[in-house]
Amino acid sequence: MRLQARKYLTLIIGLLASPALWAEWAVNMPKGVTDLSHSIYNLHMTIFWITVVIGIVVFGVMFWSVIFHRKSRGAKASEFHESTLVEIIWTTIPFVILIGMAIPATKTLIEVYDADNADIDIKITGHQWKWQYEYLGEDVSFFSNLSTPREQFTNQRPKNPNYLLEVDEPMVVPIGKKIRFLVTGADVIHSWWVPELAVKKDAIPGFINESWAKINQPGVYRGQCAELCGKNHGFMPIVVDARPMDEYLAWLDEKREEVEKVRELTQKDWTMDELMERGEQVYNKVCSACHQVNGQGLPPMFPALKGAPVAVKRDQIGRHIEILLYGIKGSAMQSFKEQLNEVDMAAVITYERNAWGNNTGEVITPKDILDYKNNDAYTGQYTQAEEGEQ
Amino acid sequence: MSDHAIDHEHHGPAKGLMRWVLTTNHKDIGSMYMWFSFAMFLLGGSMAMVIRAELFQPGLQIVKPEFFNQMTTMHGLIMVFGAVMPAFVGLANWMIPMMIGAPDMALPRMNNWSFWILPFAFTLLISTLFMEGGGPNFGWTFYAPLSTDYAPPSTTFFVLSIHMMGVSSIMGAINVIATILNLRAPGMTLMKMPLFVWTWLITAYLLIAVMPVLAGAVTMVLMDIHFGTSFFNAGGGGDPVLFQHVFWFFGHPEVYIMILPAFGIISAIIPTFSRKPLFGYTSMVYAVASIAFLSFIVWAHHMFTVGIPLVGEVFFMYATMLIAVPTGVKVFNWVATMFKGSLTFETPMLFSIAFVVLFTIGGFSGLMLSIAPADFQYHDTYFVVAHFHYVLVPGAIFAIFAGVYYWLPKWTGHMYDTALSKVHFWMSFIGMNLTFFPMHFVGLAGMPRRIPDYNLQFADFNMVASIGGFMFGATQLLFLFIVIKCVKGGPKAEASPWEGAHGLEWVVPSPAPYHTFTTPPEVK
Repeated sequence: MRLQARKYLTLIIGLLASPALWAEWAVNMPKGVTDLSHSIYNLHMTIFWITVVIGIVVFGVMFWSVIFHRKSRGAKASEFHESTLVEIIWTTIPFVILIGMAIPATKTLIEVYDADNADIDIKITGHQWKWQYEYLGEDVSFFSNLSTPREQFTNQRPKNPNYLLEVDEPMVVPIGKKIRFLVTGADVIHSWWVPELAVKKDAIPGFINESWAKINQPGVYRGQCAELCGKNHGFMPIVVDARPMDEYLAWLDEKREEVEKVRELTQKDWTMDELMERGEQVYNKVCSACHQVNGQGLPPMFPALKGAPVAVKRDQIGRHIEILLYGIKGSAMQSFKEQLNEVDMAAVITYERNAWGNNTGEVITPKDILDYKNNDAYTGQYTQAEEGEQ
Repeated sequence: MSDHAIDHEHHGPAKGLMRWVLTTNHKDIGSMYMWFSFAMFLLGGSMAMVIRAELFQPGLQIVKPEFFNQMTTMHGLIMVFGAVMPAFVGLANWMIPMMIGAPDMALPRMNNWSFWILPFAFTLLISTLFMEGGGPNFGWTFYAPLSTDYAPPSTTFFVLSIHMMGVSSIMGAINVIATILNLRAPGMTLMKMPLFVWTWLITAYLLIAVMPVLAGAVTMVLMDIHFGTSFFNAGGGGDPVLFQHVFWFFGHPEVYIMILPAFGIISAIIPTFSRKPLFGYTSMVYAVASIAFLSFIVWAHHMFTVGIPLVGEVFFMYATMLIAVPTGVKVFNWVATMFKGSLTFETPMLFSIAFVVLFTIGGFSGLMLSIAPADFQYHDTYFVVAHFHYVLVPGAIFAIFAGVYYWLPKWTGHMYDTALSKVHFWMSFIGMNLTFFPMHFVGLAGMPRRIPDYNLQFADFNMVASIGGFMFGATQLLFLFIVIKCVKGGPKAEASPWEGAHGLEWVVPSPAPYHTFTTPPEVK
């Protein structure tokens, strides 16, 4: 017992005392890159050391008794079993320590809650299983998906250092500015957490939560969804790319230009092969999490698309577009209106109607989608690829 | 005279299976609760093994994420409602009548019913795993709308099984209260009751107060799914956060339901093996009552990140920090009981000492979690997983082991294999710490809970945790062996096998006769 305890204690003290070990096996909260994250880190370390000291005193007395007051050493039991004074003392002292702890904690909390006078507002929406970032007033909005290739989590390829913590489009923010995050959810509750910013806020459908950060150093900061949100909860990371103000502004311009380019693409005439190729990419990125790469889904929660009437029957093309645009209420099928542009939508619908043996031969073009958006109905202008060529 | 003796024969237990189906005897029912609890412990534990096997290394290798979520959910539900709570009810059934000098529980037929509901409730719950779409996959906390609009069809069965468990718990609690308040032997005043009886009395009131709240929560979930209500749907005028308020108003007292009886067991064992009366009996009673009271006003500390207003955040932070005071009093009292005692280290004492140390470590991380700003970093990470496993595994479960090793000679009339029981202790102790201590580190470093796969930086500690988990899990089969061996035979146990033990349960012979205290003893 004694030996075990000593070994154990040495191990813990060793772990705490050796900074080299701390670095290799991350064992502590990051200090982070904002003033608030530093305050929080300090609170964390203060309360930690308080508990260590209390632990040493309490366990010290206990192990003193275990070692010296054992019967095998001939210890005779005393009879004392009450002391009001002692009880009062050991009720009061913890109370005083707690007050000492509550004061800095309250101060920090008040700062955390002061999200007023922000320079930049970003609306963050949690979706199953991706994040949407809208830069309010900047006309920039996009979705951020996990970019780790499937082969890495099925162990077919070696995992890279940012495994599961990398996205296709990071959230770019400037340093030295007060950024307000307006956090909400589109389907279930998610939680937006970046440890380096010490920001964790639940993304609740129907409500908007506020939080903020003022980042001191440029860098890439990674986090994850912290609230169980369904089967791919572990696969919706967050990447914040903090840059100097001028680089941030340049990035905003770039994003706006991209939107312009997509608009041009919508007007282009697309061939079936082009649509199928793009459709497969889009499908694997945003649809396959539920409907699976083979289109067979995971019924009953996530229905199959392979052979499904909506994906093979000609008179249901309109319904197919409608579902993709607006989702199905009360189910996991979300609205993709904001998430996919007309080109991606046309491509993925074409792909779904022609992949895995759904050989309808139908081609849905970006213009069809635009028509649907304008008229709220499919006007039946689909192109039959084979017929067209013959 | 001889006729009289024959009459008594008829009062013995019936033979065969019907003895167990029809029994109203508190000892039989207590045993059934204990065996049921152990079966659920192994089942819930095997689910933990699946979880640890998947997390052994990064990547998805053994189970799919959707099944992983069912495992974490079922592990939690089964351990809380199937393993820990029934084990304490079993101990209450066995020990409370014997400790207060009562012939049986006050409501024996209801006692039978509250036990027999459980196997059906859990069969129903477990059957959901085989239904289309799988079992509950939204965590044991079943936050809406993941458990309503986005839940698998089997959720309806989950709701029914929770209702059944609630009915069972409430009846059990009523029985405990009725027994303690009405059937105490003459002279057994409230302030003379053993602490196990006191902690159970308070626990029973907690159960009666909060199990209906849980029933309300699951009923609202059911209504949202099937009857078009929108309690938890903002689109229909409801509020997903309402669910969390209701759930945690149940949930926080619930965690004390799982620890208060443990305090009672430890308060019986430490004085016995210190050969010294419990230090500060009165303050122990008041501390338990204060903890029970505080448990009703701290629920939102589980929800620091949902966006409650600053004032609410501050209130729940202060109230939560306050819990440290009565909990500290309890720990100090246990240590003071050991101080200047004459200590020996039989297996129940080993588990109890481990309880005090490790539960206190869980208390420390609890104190850290109460600091709201710091909780923004800890919340929903493995740090929380480490925290609640430190208070539940070496807390509730070690206390149950301690209690079983303490009273097993009384129940069976045999002494168990002490050498093996110490192996069980040390393997559990080491395994448990290997499993849960590294979780503090990965949690602080940024690993969220309830994920089936993780970044490489968390790999080393997760492997250590998995190895510890397998060790802890396998060791529990040894416990099963020790108990079966003890039931079958072993050195004869005396009425009071422990030198320093006091209390009415040690007055009756070992094994305790089928009926005890048919004439109440006189307590001075």
